[in-house]
Amino acid sequence: MNEQRLHAYVDDALPAAERADAEAWLATDADARARAQSYRAQNAALHELFDPVLAETHAIGLVETQRLASRLRMGFALAAMLVLGIAIGVVAGTTWRTEVARGAPLARQATLAYAAYQPEVRHPVEVTAAEEQHLVAWLSKRLTAPLKVPVLASAGYRLLGGRLLPATAPGDSSPVAQLMYENAQGKRLTLLVKRDSANTDTAFRFLKEGNTQVFYWIDKPFGYALAGDLSREELQPLAQLVYRQINP
Amino acid sequence: MSSGFSAGELQEHIPRLRRYARALTASREAADDLTQETLEHAWRKRALWQPSGSLRAWLFTLMHRRFLNGIRRLPHTDSLEGDEPATAAAPSLVGGAEGRVVLAELQHALQALPAEQRAVVLLVGLEQFSYAETAQVLDVPIGTVMSRLSRGRERLRQLLDRGSDVAAPPALKRVK
Repeated sequence: MNEQRLHAYVDDALPAAERADAEAWLATDADARARAQSYRAQNAALHELFDPVLAETHAIGLVETQRLASRLRMGFALAAMLVLGIAIGVVAGTTWRTEVARGAPLARQATLAYAAYQPEVRHPVEVTAAEEQHLVAWLSKRLTAPLKVPVLASAGYRLLGGRLLPATAPGDSSPVAQLMYENAQGKRLTLLVKRDSANTDTAFRFLKEGNTQVFYWIDKPFGYALAGDLSREELQPLAQLVYRQINP
Repeated sequence: MSSGFSAGELQEHIPRLRRYARALTASREAADDLTQETLEHAWRKRALWQPSGSLRAWLFTLMHRRFLNGIRRLPHTDSLEGDEPATAAAPSLVGGAEGRVVLAELQHALQALPAEQRAVVLLVGLEQFSYAETAQVLDVPIGTVMSRLSRGRERLRQLLDRGSDVAAPPALKRVK
């Protein structure tokens, strides 16, 4: 049996008639049989090894920000980083590679904090929207930069208030602000805001954890993560609205 | 509207692109970066996609080219510090402890293959592309796919045999 047919047999790529021929042939050739078995075992093991990746949570995604200027800026920033990466080699390469994952801890925290506070009937927030001025002053002080509270009324969401959450990682001293919004149907959204010391912005990224979807991005000096039990298509315009409110 | 696919359609391919990237690079971080870059590249270049072809094959083509560029740029990508092993969480295995050893060895053996052979073994054996699609993804003749597949699988077999049973007689040399 020729090599190509052996592989086609292993990959189930033979028509039924040829398959029977191949099996008859394999029955008489111990070496080819051993190889076919080994190759099939390789295929099975590859699936065993890598199929779990299919079910993993990840932070890969794509969203058009619909702001040409910001996209161009991003393009220049990426191009500049790429040139830098080539120029100074592996060290810069590492920086470049970690760029994509930036903001992901905040997005993960957003799903956890959303799950924790979204169902709260009596205490969804620490400081209510009735004291918005105090809320903004307090959170800005703790975040060490002026916080803008987006108004999402045009999308039917009103501000309920906010609270302070611990930092995203041990050893990280910057706390996180959580703002909560609600619409007339009682659907809630949370926006996490955290000071991000890195000095480049990122595009929108997307994370899904159970029913909770998160859009997150970095827009100096803050990282943002907008979470809700909404479909991605419903959440995306809200994320864009938040973005535009912060960058009028 | 110049593109033949939506952002949503594009993103449906993420899990399989990630799986292939993980197997190719053996690093979660590198694989996710590669997938993200491929996705953004595909979206920027969406006008170039021919609706007559398979979107999946086109995406794998883009990913493969980026992967090769990455290798050329960073010859030691596989050993960059900070990379975690590809299977951080041990997969549940039917074969028990012995099976786990074999899988760990496969992981190693795979990385020991030349990248071009590894790609073919993965595209065919893991991603289940046909030989013709694999040739299209890699932009090589189908005969090249077959010879890389043949060499890659045989090499894996030898590496695995050697790893799992040191006392085994040397594997037969393949005669052309």
